[in-house]
Amino acid sequence: MKAKFLVPLAIFLVLAGFLGYGLTLNPREVPSPLIDKPAPGFSLARLEAPGQQFGTEDMRGKVWLLNVWASWCVSCRQEHPQLVALARQGVPVIGLNYKDERDAALKWLKDHGNPYAQTVADPDGRIGIDYGVYGTPETFLIDRGGVIRYKHIGPVTPDTIRNVLLPRIAELSRAG
Amino acid sequence: MPVERPTFQRLRALSLSILFAVVALAATDPQPVEAESSGQAQPLVADPVLEARVQSLAHKLRCLVCQNESIAESRAPLAIDLRNQVREQFAAGKNEDEVIEFLVTRYGDFVLYLPPFKPVTVLLWLGPVLFLVAGGGWLLLRLRSRAREPKQHLSDAERARAQALLAGAPAENEESGS
Repeated sequence: MKAKFLVPLAIFLVLAGFLGYGLTLNPREVPSPLIDKPAPGFSLARLEAPGQQFGTEDMRGKVWLLNVWASWCVSCRQEHPQLVALARQGVPVIGLNYKDERDAALKWLKDHGNPYAQTVADPDGRIGIDYGVYGTPETFLIDRGGVIRYKHIGPVTPDTIRNVLLPRIAELSRAG
Repeated sequence: MPVERPTFQRLRALSLSILFAVVALAATDPQPVEAESSGQAQPLVADPVLEARVQSLAHKLRCLVCQNESIAESRAPLAIDLRNQVREQFAAGKNEDEVIEFLVTRYGDFVLYLPPFKPVTVLLWLGPVLFLVAGGGWLLLRLRSRAREPKQHLSDAERARAQALLAGAPAENEESGS
């Protein structure tokens, strides 16, 4: 056994490999158990017209995005132009205004543009808990049958849209 | 960082509650409250038994915003919301397993500080035992093979020299002359 001295080196390399791989992971991105599960149903007051309700049932049969946002969320501001661009391409984006104040939210939409086909208000964050929201912004891709297909945590980037969201939306739309 | 906290709202809520406290103090009659006179803080909750259950479960749940704190310790708004959820569900008569189930279906096993035993966690749970068995086995093999090695006896010359050394003879250094 001449190669015995190589054993600690091999153990070190294996360990270093695992630890190095760990460094490439983002601990903030906790995989959601809701992927491929039915999206939790909700029917909430519309932000613009609190007297009216809007909910998941209204989106049945469509491929759509649920974007969780708030006017106090800085990263939401960062992703906003991407959502506007997505909406312009005809993707229905529903906004879930999470733990926000109505006036601040309305002003935010007025100032920065409104990409949302509909915005509903979740002032106490209950629907947010149903969706496992722990950091805004979060974006869910929901298919025609009302099943969550993908979750993006953090601001949506042009890269995410091009390489993940649009291809998946196209695929789900084809699937009928 | 995708995680945001409604700091502004918290500040506002804080200042509001201070305002209410001042108003409430001004409105109370001057008779001292018993707990105050005995120097103890008044309990913040109506039902201490319920609160104890909430706290005990909250210590076992991880806050997803500040991941190294339990939701009992964290001051993140999400932790406060989740504590309220736990309190509400206990008050509605659910047991601890049902509340854990509620949270796990939404946030995944990650909310549990004690991960469940299932196929993906087999290595996590059995890894230490595996290492112990492997290490113990290796040690046993080593000891056995060593026991089988022939014992090396001293030659007559060596024995004589050892005895001389023990008797106090000056050691001759064989490697260098100095």
